[in-house]
Amino acid sequence: MSDLMTTTLLMGFRRRRFRWAFLTSILILTVLVLSCMALVLGNTIYPLSTVISVIGGESIQGATFAIYTLRLPRMLTGLFVGLAFGIAGSTFQNLLRNPLASPDIIGITSGSSIAAVFCILILGLSGPLVSIAAVISGLLVALIIYLLSRSGGFSGGKLILIGIGIQAMIQSAISYLILRSNQNDIPSALRWLSGSLNGVRLSALPGLVSVVLIFSSLIILLGRHLRILELGEQAATSLGVRTDLIRLLLVLSGVFLIAYATAVTGPIAFVSFLSGPIAKKWVGSGLPTEFPAGLIGAILVIGSDLIGQYAFSTRLPVGVITGILGSPYLLYLIIRMNRQGG
Amino acid sequence: MKKINPLLLIVLSIIGLSISILASLAFGARHIGFLEVIQTLMYNQGETLNQIVVHERIPRTLFGIVAGASLGISGALMQAITRNPIADPSILGVNTGASLFVVAGIAFFNIGRPIEYIGLALLGSSIVALFVFGISSLGRSGSTPIKLALAGAATSAALSSIISAIVLPRTDSMTNFRFWQVGSISGATWEGMLTVLPFLLIGLLIGLFSSPTLDALALGDELAIGLGVRTGIVRLLSTGAGVILCGATTAIAGPIGFVGLMVPHSVRLLLGPSMKRLIPMSAVFGAILLLFADVIGRLIGSPSELESGIVTAFIGAPILILIAMKAKVKSL
Repeated sequence: MSDLMTTTLLMGFRRRRFRWAFLTSILILTVLVLSCMALVLGNTIYPLSTVISVIGGESIQGATFAIYTLRLPRMLTGLFVGLAFGIAGSTFQNLLRNPLASPDIIGITSGSSIAAVFCILILGLSGPLVSIAAVISGLLVALIIYLLSRSGGFSGGKLILIGIGIQAMIQSAISYLILRSNQNDIPSALRWLSGSLNGVRLSALPGLVSVVLIFSSLIILLGRHLRILELGEQAATSLGVRTDLIRLLLVLSGVFLIAYATAVTGPIAFVSFLSGPIAKKWVGSGLPTEFPAGLIGAILVIGSDLIGQYAFSTRLPVGVITGILGSPYLLYLIIRMNRQGG
Repeated sequence: MKKINPLLLIVLSIIGLSISILASLAFGARHIGFLEVIQTLMYNQGETLNQIVVHERIPRTLFGIVAGASLGISGALMQAITRNPIADPSILGVNTGASLFVVAGIAFFNIGRPIEYIGLALLGSSIVALFVFGISSLGRSGSTPIKLALAGAATSAALSSIISAIVLPRTDSMTNFRFWQVGSISGATWEGMLTVLPFLLIGLLIGLFSSPTLDALALGDELAIGLGVRTGIVRLLSTGAGVILCGATTAIAGPIGFVGLMVPHSVRLLLGPSMKRLIPMSAVFGAILLLFADVIGRLIGSPSELESGIVTAFIGAPILILIAMKAKVKSL
């Protein structure tokens, strides 16, 4: 009897794991298709064969420049930034067991933005120093929000409200910096309000790629423990999870991903907020959502960038598109939260 | 908690208001002595440079008083109607709504006259305030602080994206637009003030006259109806007044956040929750706060200046955080 039950459970588990693998492959495929579209589309449309031979190292008049210098860095940046936002957002949401607790809503992203804006507009820095400053400031803001929300009993709601307050302060400081900036710097400064893939350079890629690979793998490896953490503090401790250590590692990795990605593209609105819940809907609960969420983040960023570039008469930065797409979902979430009575 | 004697508070607030008015006239890129300011005001001369500077600062100071009072009352009204301690024009997204409509007006209809700005700002702020409040109060549990804050944040984010989409292709209006993101009372002119004054007066009067009924409303809808209050009309009128007050202010000053959040809270701490006292005192405190924020901005940012909207955000956001920290976990 118990044998039969074990077999049934195991079969169910295998079936769900198979389903997960299947659905995740669909996501990977979508990312690939969108990436190819990002390389093919543009002022001149190159056939896929040309794109492949250019990437293969062949030198073709015009195409090499357009693809190697313009489209490839843009596409790769979108891909990795999307992965970073998606994975980090989903980690925070799972850790705090609240879909609203994503870094862009509780103010961590704006913590990174302010450091980056300050470094670029006031100090005139660029490159790795900006990223380091963004990471440190993101960590600091995360720490401040956490410490403040711990007083008098921790709750997710408190954390979100405090995060919104911190964000309001930082946002007005960013507006101030932009207001003071040189007229010529405004277009590049405006990206810090909505996020954009314009003007990304090949030189920023190695750092971004390595940060995303290291910390995403760490989060995905720790995902097993995170699943148990989601059951609650006591259950996790009794199952032998070192809760504080795991939580610290996850938060640090998440903030690193968010801060580094923000330093490259600015805060692309709502990507980290949207990816987690969509991933949960797509693969179902009980299985890891971090990796699928990363893929959905990449789909959102590359797809929205394509829409922003080609769907309208003027080119819009990717953050404008994700901002418009994401808000209705947030509002839907709030209404639904009401219907459930809290 | 021991409440302060109302008479003492009135005296203190009059002294505070006078000091803030004097400070607003005296400090800036050029500092002028208090005595000279008073002399200039008494004898109305316009000969020396200092006297001209004082006269130049008068509209700004007057507007600071009016705007601060309006924002204070607006916050008190919205908090009373929504029974939500963090209701504030900036959190409800009212400011972004006004900005969006004005930016769209500049971009698509070439508007330029103050009355057009004000009309559009009022329209935008009313629509957005009602939308956000409606979203957050859907469902049985009604509007809780966190739902209101999130609905406001989401709406603001979406509207900001639309604003960017309108502004980015038009580089020429970008500079203008930058000043729509941070509120400041420095742009006040006599003409603009005269245009918004009727709106503000209407809002002010409704606010003052609805205060006794709002007190009854605080007891709960059933009791209020039992006391003969027509709850629907009271809500509608007071919401309208709150929105008009902050919308008209935003039309001239741009988004100035958190005045409406902190002022009623501090007044309630000092005087207790009675709306009859809360609304007038919120007006006075709002005026003092905004004038001081403006003066601080001028002193910190010297020789240029720091917009008062930035100063109020830096004073006000910590208050929001304090409210959240003190709140009981369940009430969120």
